[in-house]
Amino acid sequence: MIDTTTLIASACVLGAATYAFRAVGPVLHTRLTIGETTRELMSTGATVLLVALCVTSTLFDGKEWADPARPIAIVVAGVLAWRRVPFLALVLVAAGVAAGIRMLT
Amino acid sequence: MRPRWAAELGPALLRDILLVNVAIGIVGISYGAITVGQGLPVWLPNLMSVVVLGGASQFLFTGLLVAGASPVAAVAAGALVNARHLPFGFALADTVRRHPWLGSYLMIDEVVAFTLAQREESRRRATFWVCGVCLFVFWNLGSLIGALAGQAISDTDRWGLDAAFPAVLLALVLPALRERNVLKAAALGAVIAVVLTPVLPQGMAVLSSLLALLVLRPWRKGPRVADGTRPAPDVGPTEGGAPAEGSDAAEGGR
Repeated sequence: MIDTTTLIASACVLGAATYAFRAVGPVLHTRLTIGETTRELMSTGATVLLVALCVTSTLFDGKEWADPARPIAIVVAGVLAWRRVPFLALVLVAAGVAAGIRMLT
Repeated sequence: MRPRWAAELGPALLRDILLVNVAIGIVGISYGAITVGQGLPVWLPNLMSVVVLGGASQFLFTGLLVAGASPVAAVAAGALVNARHLPFGFALADTVRRHPWLGSYLMIDEVVAFTLAQREESRRRATFWVCGVCLFVFWNLGSLIGALAGQAISDTDRWGLDAAFPAVLLALVLPALRERNVLKAAALGAVIAVVLTPVLPQGMAVLSSLLALLVLRPWRKGPRVADGTRPAPDVGPTEGGAPAEGSDAAEGGR
């Protein structure tokens, strides 16, 4: 996998970038405002990435299709999430469904 | 005698802050356990939680690395997720005036949502610092416990831990998906990513989902803006996508 130095460096760069985004406002402290459109676009972009990661990590193991236990578990989790089931219950149910299907098959 | 900040916040708000923090701690535990379960070193979740302190971007970063993306791509994607913190800084500039450097570090979705919900400036300040410090503690403690637990479990697939990761992501993004424009872009992005996964280098497929934004162009909303006139901003900073997303995700943990 990736070597330790690269991993530490990447984590620190992401940390620095995140901090920079947060600090621009308080440090400049001018009344400069970010346009509503830009703000919404950034937020939508983040959601699109997270959903894509969710779907691909549900369906694939690398480039191969994952075994059906995982997608089934995620569909169940999706229904529960839509009905605003608490976070912990949702994660436990998803893991439990996948583990249960694998035990039975 | 109770400290001044406790009196300033009152028991009801303190209880809400504590509940959200417990939820954050649970997310932290799943983050630590999943990251280590995916084969990354046990210290990584803790390092990430200290230097980044942003849940969704941390999940995306480790998820992309595990999928085989280059570190540069993983950093870029994580940074994009956290770009939404830029407007937070401007919204809270007054609140963190006395300690801008430390304040910027603690500017997390849930903290911002709680702080902007308060009207008086002194109450805002107390909320920001109490919630921010609590969140730092709970998130890092959760990551540590999770990482140690993840290391103790050898066969993660047998316990269904591989399903926990997408489930966590789903729970985090679902509140944002209740908006139609976002849902459409996310659905198209997901289709693009799935179609491209078998053919592209690993990790690139997920980043390609952003093409959905170019196709749908969600910034051109409705017939009002068809001839180039700009839509009037209709939401204040407290009701924007990201803070609401954070508080909703936190509510999910109650």
